[in-house]
Amino acid sequence: MFIHDTILNRLKRGCETMDYPAGDAPALPDRHGGGLRVESARCAADCSACVSVCPTEAITRASGQAVALDLGRCLFCAECVRACPDRAITQTGDHRLAARLREDLVLGGTGKEQVRLAAALNERLRGLFGRSLKLRQVSAGGCNACEADTNVLGTIGWDLGRFGIQFVASPRHADGLLITGPVSKNMALALQKTYAAVPDPKIVIAVGACAIAGGPFVGHSQVSDGAGALVPVDLFVPGCPPHPLTILDGLLRLLDRLGGPSGKG
Amino acid sequence: MDYPAILLIVAACAYVAGMAGALLLRRVGRLALSVGFGLAAVGGACGFLSGVTSLATGQAAARGAVTFWSGPAPNLRLVIQADPLSCFFVTIVSMLGAAIAIYSLGYSGAYLGRKSVGLLAALYNALLLATTLTFVAGNVWVFLIAWEMMALLAYGLVTFEHEDRETRGAAVFYFIMSHIDAVCVMLGFLVLFQAAGDFSFDGLRGVGAKLSSGQRDTAFLLFVVGFGIKAGLVPLHVWLPVAHPVAPSNVSALMSGVLIKTGIYGIARVCFEFLGGPPLWWGALLLALGTVSAVLGVLYALMEHDLKRLLAYHSIENIGIIVMGLGASLMFVSTGHPVLAALALAAALYHTINHASFKGLLFLGAGSVLHATHTRNMEEMGGLVKRMPQTAMLFLLGAVAISALPPLNGFVSEWLTYQALLQGFGSTDSLLRLMFPVGGAMLALTGALAAACFVKAFGISFLAQPRSQAAERAREVPASMRLGMALLAIACLFLGLFPTVFLGWLGPVMNQLTGEALAGRLSLAGGWVLAAPGANAGSVSTAAMTLFGLSFLLVPLFLRRMLGRRAKTVRGPTWDCGLQGLTPRMEYSATGFSKPLRMIFKALFRPHREVQREYEFSPYFARSLRFESHVEEVFEERIYRPTRFWILRVSRRVRALQQGSLQVYLLYIFLTLLGLLLWAV
Amino acid sequence: MNIDITSLIAQTALVLLLSPLLSGLIASLKAKLQNRRGPRVWQPFFDLIKFFRKDMVISEHASGVFAAVPHVVFATALMAGLMVPLAWVPAPLQLFGGALALVGLLALGRFFLALGGLDPGSAFGGMGSSREMTISAIAEPAMMLAIFTAAIAGGSTNLSQIVMAGDGHAGRFLEPAHTLAFSAMFIVLLAETGRVPVDNPATHLELTMIHEAMILEYSGRYLAMLEWAASMKQLVLFGLLANLFFPFGLAPGMLPAAVAQGMGWLAIKLVGLAVAVVLVEFTNAKLRLFRVPDLLGAAFVLATLALVSLFLFR
Repeated sequence: MFIHDTILNRLKRGCETMDYPAGDAPALPDRHGGGLRVESARCAADCSACVSVCPTEAITRASGQAVALDLGRCLFCAECVRACPDRAITQTGDHRLAARLREDLVLGGTGKEQVRLAAALNERLRGLFGRSLKLRQVSAGGCNACEADTNVLGTIGWDLGRFGIQFVASPRHADGLLITGPVSKNMALALQKTYAAVPDPKIVIAVGACAIAGGPFVGHSQVSDGAGALVPVDLFVPGCPPHPLTILDGLLRLLDRLGGPSGKG
Repeated sequence: MDYPAILLIVAACAYVAGMAGALLLRRVGRLALSVGFGLAAVGGACGFLSGVTSLATGQAAARGAVTFWSGPAPNLRLVIQADPLSCFFVTIVSMLGAAIAIYSLGYSGAYLGRKSVGLLAALYNALLLATTLTFVAGNVWVFLIAWEMMALLAYGLVTFEHEDRETRGAAVFYFIMSHIDAVCVMLGFLVLFQAAGDFSFDGLRGVGAKLSSGQRDTAFLLFVVGFGIKAGLVPLHVWLPVAHPVAPSNVSALMSGVLIKTGIYGIARVCFEFLGGPPLWWGALLLALGTVSAVLGVLYALMEHDLKRLLAYHSIENIGIIVMGLGASLMFVSTGHPVLAALALAAALYHTINHASFKGLLFLGAGSVLHATHTRNMEEMGGLVKRMPQTAMLFLLGAVAISALPPLNGFVSEWLTYQALLQGFGSTDSLLRLMFPVGGAMLALTGALAAACFVKAFGISFLAQPRSQAAERAREVPASMRLGMALLAIACLFLGLFPTVFLGWLGPVMNQLTGEALAGRLSLAGGWVLAAPGANAGSVSTAAMTLFGLSFLLVPLFLRRMLGRRAKTVRGPTWDCGLQGLTPRMEYSATGFSKPLRMIFKALFRPHREVQREYEFSPYFARSLRFESHVEEVFEERIYRPTRFWILRVSRRVRALQQGSLQVYLLYIFLTLLGLLLWAV
Repeated sequence: MNIDITSLIAQTALVLLLSPLLSGLIASLKAKLQNRRGPRVWQPFFDLIKFFRKDMVISEHASGVFAAVPHVVFATALMAGLMVPLAWVPAPLQLFGGALALVGLLALGRFFLALGGLDPGSAFGGMGSSREMTISAIAEPAMMLAIFTAAIAGGSTNLSQIVMAGDGHAGRFLEPAHTLAFSAMFIVLLAETGRVPVDNPATHLELTMIHEAMILEYSGRYLAMLEWAASMKQLVLFGLLANLFFPFGLAPGMLPAAVAQGMGWLAIKLVGLAVAVVLVEFTNAKLRLFRVPDLLGAAFVLATLALVSLFLFR
């Protein structure tokens, strides 16, 4: 019988959700280099090899200054890694990239070789959202890769629901927005109205290079260069698209739940 | 003569004075209005007090018949008798008459200058008088005269706005149906007279025993058809949704609230008192007809977007529920269960007064909406709850009552009906006992559909944004109109929260009709709880439910204090998925609301839908779009239209007899005389 | 008029606290069957507490009706919970209402919920209201017939009375009337609690929503009240189904030992029903709206057959 066989099959398969964060994180695929590390001390004096190869002009080097790599504009194409003669920019293989402040994503200065990871929300918000966070996803005119990788978090391997995090159908039911896409002009009003429709207190999470700084569309007349232009952002998750692990790490870091399902970390 | 009887005479005099005054003063509109409707209100109040005190003190049961005119022929007398059943119905007509009169003080103001308000007031008073007379009639003459007066006066009132062609046609239709029912009722009384030899109600009591079975069945069927037309029982109901909407709203309220109850009065009196000893199939027939009326009434109501037509169909539904109770009661009389018969009868009669109060309230509400927006079409309303808050709250109360939701009166009478039906299952061994639970299931369906219909009626008319300029400019109606509605709302609340009080007053009525008074068997805990008779039977207390319900709100209040002290409330636009903004055209419409039910019941409705669009390049960018949808009126199309067609056809043939020649007519007279002489021999 | 205060307070607490737990249990069971860890059984409690602490955003088109809705829905759901015998036979408010009052109270809640969907003037809300009223209307006759079958068998519409009459007749649920009425009521349960195959409680597509669509505009503590009321209604219907058709194991009075045993049996029955509901959700897809009347029509036929068999085998 169909039902009988299905149930037996399900029982045999058991729980397929990964142990992370209680156990180890799954390995990143080979092609994924993870985060970037910028050691500007290694740069040659007038070298700006990386600046010219970056497709989104994420790397800048003012004369006499250290090189600055804005991870928020970075597409993680690794062209700069390949172009650098001094191995000043390297890939870390680390999936942890989420940051609370926009400035924390700009690498290159002393002490800022790698991204400063996101701190948890303040105590009040942590108490409010720690065990129950409902997000409204706003897809603001991007290519949908970030949406796809966010969606993967709802599958049985990742199971976002076990943390009490859920995507909801109405902004009135939500505690915050998860924005992807560079916020095209057509979506600007929609984003503002969605933000206004969410009851206070609320948070905003920008996922992907487009939502942080416009991604490949940066500077285009029809985009707003990221959500930060319209709404205050509480969490930036860089990537193009960010690996689901990066997004999950960012969310859990925000709620201070990286120690495992029981909470502290 | 006892005090309540005097009050009744005072009421009658007030009606006459109101009629005379309004006619005499009809040139001075405002004065005619105040005098006419004011005296009607006084008369109604007196009548109400009279009825209630007669019932409560038991004086009604002790009354005898009063002959106030004796004619030359032996049976030619005019007799009045205000027995318990009459007093109950007099209570209803007076209560509604008074409340609607107060309402009319403000409502008729809209007619000042345009039409003769004095005439309206005079006809109104006369109608109240005629209806009261119908209920207190003590013999067939008074009954039929009052019946006919009622029909004529109602016709006059329905056709008050005769400038409109639709109104004229509706009024004529009503007139014809009234006379068909008068004929049936007259024939029925003639059959009874043959056995009783007496036209007085006292003499006709129990005459059923003297009739042969065939005669009794004929009489029963004649009365069911006659009173059924008046009450609006399916399939005799077709005039109701046509006539009630076109009358002025105060008249519609009176018609739906009271005039159709005269049919119920007739059935109750004839079946229980006169015919007596009913075979089981009589009750079963009434139960079946009632069930069908209830379900079909509400289904057709759901499809309406004309507010008053919707309410008219609901009248058909509620008459169905009342007749279900009457049918069940008759079945219990047949099987020899007087307590259950009294229970079912109590349910039916309680629903009668409940329906009068909430239907009156709803029609007055619809009248207020019409007064404020000048339209009956729900698709053009909306947003009225902010512009007419008190009317909206009163209409909501009526809507909750008619949807049989606790703690109001509709729920109580339906609860009683359910109890009667449930206990009916064990009352007989016949296969017919399956009718009881199935009737109960259909009653449940009706209740749920009625709730759906009133979510639509209240929601589309009052909530959200206004869908037209007219709705936007609506303002709250004058105080007298709100007062009239409030009086009926208070009645609904009283009848709902304290049912044991009025049911106690109904005791003499049940005693008169079934011999069992149910004294005290319906109330527990000092009258706070309504219980069905029988050990361990179910019980309900709407008053307690209200008290507990309000106290349970302490839980969220407490949690708000504890957890949500910092939480604020902010106003913002309705969530529209990020569009520019919601316009009234994006709101749900009445037709759309009932679409799922239209689809589910499409075998009954046979909906016909037509879409026409005008476009240049692509049908998706139409320049104009015309959408038409209507449902088929089954009875109109399948029964009445063919019947009308055949009657006219046969009449054309028979017209051949009208030769126009004197010789031929003399021949007819001669042949008829010959025939009669031969028959006498 | 004697109401047992202990029973009243205890059952109020039971209904308030057990209902989110039941919702959490069903969600958790469903997740396990989908081979994932799923939210914890306490998740609905966390959600409710959070909603109470949040602000509310109310539509500018909404009127007083919008604010009244959560209060009416909450009060009626809780009151219905106090008329059903759960762990002990004498339900606290049994004198004030039985099966009919319960159906009436749930209908009152639904009426106002539907009005709340129409008030803000959003098309989704109107659609949800329309569908909810339609489906409940089609489900009413089946539910009434099933309840009537139980009431006729038990001799009263007082629910505690029906349970008392059924207690001790262990072979009762092998009777055809019983089984058929249970099946009919189970289908009605799925419709009334908005579960697959009638409605998908977790959907985000407004065009597939029924219950969710009516509450899209609610936030903060109003939303908490509505969600809580929905889970209380679920508990009421589960409890009704469990105790009307399996009326054993309930405590006859308020003695502690008997109450503990009653709670245990209640837990077993609720878990059993939850597993049944989850299995149905797991093996079925949501039905198209216009197929739902077919399903509910089948429930009506089952209920009618239950009644007929009561008639035949009495």
